[in-house]
Amino acid sequence: MKVIHKLGMLALLLTASAMALASGADVHLDKAPIDLKNTASLQRGAKLFTSRCLACHSASYMRYNRLRDIGMSEDQIKKDLELPEDVKLGSTMQAAMDANSAKLAFGEAPPDLSVIARSRSADWLYTYMRTFYADPGRASGWNNLVFPSVGMPFVLADLQGKQVLRVENKKGHEVKKLVLESPGTMCTAGSSLCVAGYDAAIADLTNYLVFMSDPSKMVRYDLGYIVLGFLFVLFALLYALKKEVWKDLH
Amino acid sequence: MTENVNLSKRRLLIATTAAGGVAAAGAGTPFVLSLMPSERAKAAGAPVEVDVSAIQPGMMIGVEWQGKPVWIVRRTQEMLDLLARHDDKLVDPKSTVPQQPEYCNNPYRSIKPEYLVVLGVCTHLGCSPTYRPEVAPADLGADWPGGWFCPCHGSRFDLAARVYKGVPAPSNMIVPPHKYLGEGRLLIGDDSKEAA
Amino acid sequence: MMNLLKNLIGWIDARFPLISTWKAHVSEYYAPKNFNFWYFFGSLALMVLVIQIASGIFLTMNYKPDALFAFASVEYIMRDVQWGWLLRYIHSTGASMFFVVIYLHMFRGLMYGSYRKPRELLWIIGMIIYLALMGEAFMGYLLPWGQMSFWGAQVIVNLFSSVPFIGHDLAILIRGDFVVSDTTLNRFFALHVIAIPLILVLIVVAHLVALHEVGSNNPDGIEIKKHKDANGHPLDGIPFHPYYTVKDGVGAVGFLIIFCAIVFFAPDMGGYFLEYNNFVPANPMKTPEHIAPVWYFTPYYAILRAVPPLFGSQFPGVVAMGVATVIFFFLPWLDRGKVKSIRYRGPIYKTFLALFVVSFVGLGWLGLMPATPTYTLISRILAVVYFAFFLLMPWYTRIDTCKPEPDRVTSK
Repeated sequence: MKVIHKLGMLALLLTASAMALASGADVHLDKAPIDLKNTASLQRGAKLFTSRCLACHSASYMRYNRLRDIGMSEDQIKKDLELPEDVKLGSTMQAAMDANSAKLAFGEAPPDLSVIARSRSADWLYTYMRTFYADPGRASGWNNLVFPSVGMPFVLADLQGKQVLRVENKKGHEVKKLVLESPGTMCTAGSSLCVAGYDAAIADLTNYLVFMSDPSKMVRYDLGYIVLGFLFVLFALLYALKKEVWKDLH
Repeated sequence: MTENVNLSKRRLLIATTAAGGVAAAGAGTPFVLSLMPSERAKAAGAPVEVDVSAIQPGMMIGVEWQGKPVWIVRRTQEMLDLLARHDDKLVDPKSTVPQQPEYCNNPYRSIKPEYLVVLGVCTHLGCSPTYRPEVAPADLGADWPGGWFCPCHGSRFDLAARVYKGVPAPSNMIVPPHKYLGEGRLLIGDDSKEAA
Repeated sequence: MMNLLKNLIGWIDARFPLISTWKAHVSEYYAPKNFNFWYFFGSLALMVLVIQIASGIFLTMNYKPDALFAFASVEYIMRDVQWGWLLRYIHSTGASMFFVVIYLHMFRGLMYGSYRKPRELLWIIGMIIYLALMGEAFMGYLLPWGQMSFWGAQVIVNLFSSVPFIGHDLAILIRGDFVVSDTTLNRFFALHVIAIPLILVLIVVAHLVALHEVGSNNPDGIEIKKHKDANGHPLDGIPFHPYYTVKDGVGAVGFLIIFCAIVFFAPDMGGYFLEYNNFVPANPMKTPEHIAPVWYFTPYYAILRAVPPLFGSQFPGVVAMGVATVIFFFLPWLDRGKVKSIRYRGPIYKTFLALFVVSFVGLGWLGLMPATPTYTLISRILAVVYFAFFLLMPWYTRIDTCKPEPDRVTSK
């Protein structure tokens, strides 16, 4: 038990160091509350994704009918996601805007998001989408804490509201802090609840992006336990057979 | 094996072999299943919707479904009348061989007599027969009532896609599953009861 | 039924050496009875080779070796092909696990002196397998056509351009273009799926034939053929079948438990087996911030970076890297020890071997890290240790105080 625990810790450490490498920056990343068993969250994330992100980004390896993996029926996919008439259930998710005009508008074509949660970590995405702030110095009017000088304008500003950057000096260290200046539509009461509402929506979206980056996760883990369980039985049988065969040697 | 058989060893050997066989079968299954049509192929083979009201009477259109040609003929009243007159020359005039869904097992082999929906593949060796709707053309003989002629091996079908006697093709052409979504809107590849 | 089978075997055996081959290599191949844990890795390597060939064939059915479609076809396999994700994860996990197994197999050879006379050729064939495997892995890594695939290949191919006089043209010859491109991808695909696997299978067979000619070494490093019974079988030998077939079976399933745990629960292995940046399609216009080869190449990559450029050329580093791999070939003649196995070696060899392991693992870790001045300094020290293990070997193995070898194998 102890050994397994230690191995687990080692794996965690290795993962953490690799993630730090992947993100490149030394900005603190918030832990994304990923739960692929939570289909309600995944479905909310899918809705947010198709209604907002798909305007400019594609997910061209992802087919709409794959959303059945997160418990959506064909009707739900068509109606909840408001699929246009000409988009079939078996189609892949294409951006509303074509790549060339997007490149003209943003300087760089918005990346395909099918596997974004694999190149960027879930924590990075979760933090990124929550750390946009108003920056008059930029053409788009927006900047981002984990992705400085990002080309993407903050398209979710109506939901989160407008954040501004405050740089405080704490014991010689510059500490960057974001303050919500004007609340968005996800605010029902008080600024703290409003933050929680938006954060929850982004958690759903991140959850969905993680699912989309590798849909095999939905069956892989469950199947893995069965396979391993079976292999343990086979191991025990073979071990007993080996003992039996080797018995006559001594 | 004859000298004092070690029972526990034999039992273990059988159990291990059985478990190993299960493991091999389990490991092989995903490999074999990976050869089946992918999601992309399935998406390409999804039901196709066609507006049939635009077809001129007597004309045929072709659409692709599952990568195969599907023909839709809007038959005129004269064409339909001719269908009943040559049953004795056909292999299976009553369509007893299930080459069509239950709901098309009628003299016209269609849901609405006017529209024939048929897979454009010859039942002989898979060629695509030529549409010859004209009556008694010079090359097909005086008793040709309109139908299909397969250029590969000379198989002949009438305008209900039923095969003639004495040609290589063994059976009538296949009518794929289809249904009408509304007036003139045909869905090929899906005949489920629920509304789409 | 049994009779029919017997007749069939008899019919074949009259025309093909079926039974004698089975006897020579399996049922009457006498292996030392004192194999320990370290002796699993040979048969495991063979198993991983089979796994890689099987999964590779099925991946080839859906992969497209075209710069425009390669990345998309991998995602197509991962999503649209039924069970494609499993095939792909088996193959990517298999690539890393192949090196895990091979490195442990080689370390076993180091510990018990398996490269010593009469097994020099066996060792050399094994080293050729290792080099072929590195080529196979390197070319396979380009195929997903992600950022790490592309830039990894770019960096490694550019190493060849530092060869004096012919380097520039050599690099172009390898790429078939002025940068890594569709042409490069296409030829790497050809080499990865047919040329190198074919060679690999042939030399693996040669490795086994050579092994069965000279017989297996064992943890005591003594020859079991010295003591034979009346039938000419070694007294300390046991038939490979059934003894080692069942024992290796246990090892194989134990290995598969680890293998499947990775495939099903952590195919990325935290970015070590599948690098995060490789999920970004290759972009010749934009280098990722940090490029590191896959972990099994990093010890050599660290040695490459550790050597300072001479006369403005990176060539010395490339040579050092090449020598670091090729030097293994000379082990049989570098080792002057009186005994083979570490069990009877003195403290000096043990110290050097331990230092070598530290340097290999340390260099492997440093190869993953960005090259800061501190890391470069540590890399240099470890590179010196690495080479010292080989270059000083004729000296320290001779002066080392060895314990007497036993006459017969010991069971512990």
